[in-house]
Amino acid sequence: MDLVLPDVGLIFWMTLAFLILVFILGKFGWKPILGMLKKREDTIAEALNEANKTREEMKLLKADNELLLKQAKEERDSILSEARKISQKMYDEAKEKANQEADNIIQSAKEAIQFEKMKAMVDIKNTIAELSVDVAEKVIIQELKDKQTQTTYVNRLLEDIKLN
Amino acid sequence: MRIYNYLTRIYKVLPFSLFIFIFLFLVPNLHANENDVDAEKKFDAGTTIMEHVVDAHEWHILTIGDKHVSIPLPIILLHENKLHVFSSSRFHHGESTYKGFAIHKKNGIKDEIIKVDENGERNENASFVDFSITKNVLTLFMSVIVLCWLLLSAARSYKKNGHGSPKGAARIVEPLLLFVRDDIIKPSIGPKYEKFLPYLLTLFFFILFNNLFGLIPFFPGGANLTGNISVTFVLAFFTLIITNVSGNKHYWKHVFNTPGVPWWLKFPLPLMPIVELVGLITKPVVLMIRLFANITAGHIITLGFISLIFILGEISVAVGYGVSVASIIFYIFMGLLELLVAFIQAYVFTLLSSIYIGMAVEEHPEEENSITEIH
Repeated sequence: MDLVLPDVGLIFWMTLAFLILVFILGKFGWKPILGMLKKREDTIAEALNEANKTREEMKLLKADNELLLKQAKEERDSILSEARKISQKMYDEAKEKANQEADNIIQSAKEAIQFEKMKAMVDIKNTIAELSVDVAEKVIIQELKDKQTQTTYVNRLLEDIKLN
Repeated sequence: MRIYNYLTRIYKVLPFSLFIFIFLFLVPNLHANENDVDAEKKFDAGTTIMEHVVDAHEWHILTIGDKHVSIPLPIILLHENKLHVFSSSRFHHGESTYKGFAIHKKNGIKDEIIKVDENGERNENASFVDFSITKNVLTLFMSVIVLCWLLLSAARSYKKNGHGSPKGAARIVEPLLLFVRDDIIKPSIGPKYEKFLPYLLTLFFFILFNNLFGLIPFFPGGANLTGNISVTFVLAFFTLIITNVSGNKHYWKHVFNTPGVPWWLKFPLPLMPIVELVGLITKPVVLMIRLFANITAGHIITLGFISLIFILGEISVAVGYGVSVASIIFYIFMGLLELLVAFIQAYVFTLLSSIYIGMAVEEHPEEENSITEIH
């Protein structure tokens, strides 16, 4: 029974000692320890936050870089295709021009040939006329003796010329 | 390689075996001495155990022959508004009186100071209060000093060390502190836990330290402080006060006008309020009894195993030797179990205190809203 009966003296000392303990530890023990622990937890949380933020930024930066690279690639491709197009165009144009030039040359050559041909024809005609006159002269000189024959002959000649 | 392993294993258990051997040689000697000095006096296990478990006015360390080696403790008595302070050695182990006071063993177990008249007869009518620094009070003071030293040096190491990794005493304190704060107090109380941290942390460390201190079988340990009903009463009383002082509107409404209960349980006979008020008192009473009973039971069982050696040794010395081996093994087993119990009881007391406080400060936003609506 003595075991379960409280002692006034022990209760008194226990209350006093425990209150003092709570006071001393609360003021000089728990407060700085918990404060420091909180500070440390905050620091760790902050560091983790910072790391997360940096990671996000890195991700963003990487995305940016990729975008930039993609853009650069696209630009390069577009420039290349543009250049290819331009060169094609130039080639086509040059080809066209060359063709035209060739056509022109051919045309003028044809014209020149025509001209020369005409000139030659005129020359030939003139020569023929001269020859004809010469022939006629000779004929006339030879055949003027016979008037009838002469006339027939001249007429026939004239007809021939007309047929030409 | 196998031999090396075997040797290291032996080396590891060597301290334990040495401990057992020392006991084997020591125990029969003590026993023999007791027999030689007082052949009539039989070993009374019950009295011995109870003497160890209850409080005392002197700190008995050991007995060599018929010489008692004990530390006298200060006796402080408040008698008729006068304070009497003197050493307990004045009583000469209960053989003499001093200033009209004497000491005797109540029911043959517990020290009790009594007032005696000139004839040496007990004066039953004298009323005085015993504020003596008993064995438990001295242990209490020592534990307060050691706890202050431990935690203040931890605090100092934190101040010196900034918020780096813990050093020195902080290494012992921090894991326990974080465990108590994050796994006991925070989940039990909720967002308002910070106000109660100093009390609950002190509570946990005080109980744990004294539980462990009580397991040390020799001076300065061995006192059954946390297994004393007065000590657990004070601790439970603090929890009761803090719980009810910090109780909010909802908590008191729950006590006096329990919601969800038919009205005829509250009026005209206030059955529910009575039940709730009884529950209010029961909670700390259970706390008080649980800690007291667990720690005292642990002390009694371990002492029982040791007493077994003496009881059987009285029958035959050889049997005493034989049983000592088994007793020591059981004692070590119980010691390890008590180590666990020391932690568990500190944990349970703090956890339940936190839960009671948590129930008192818990917010019920949806109910309060409905109350304001009714108003």
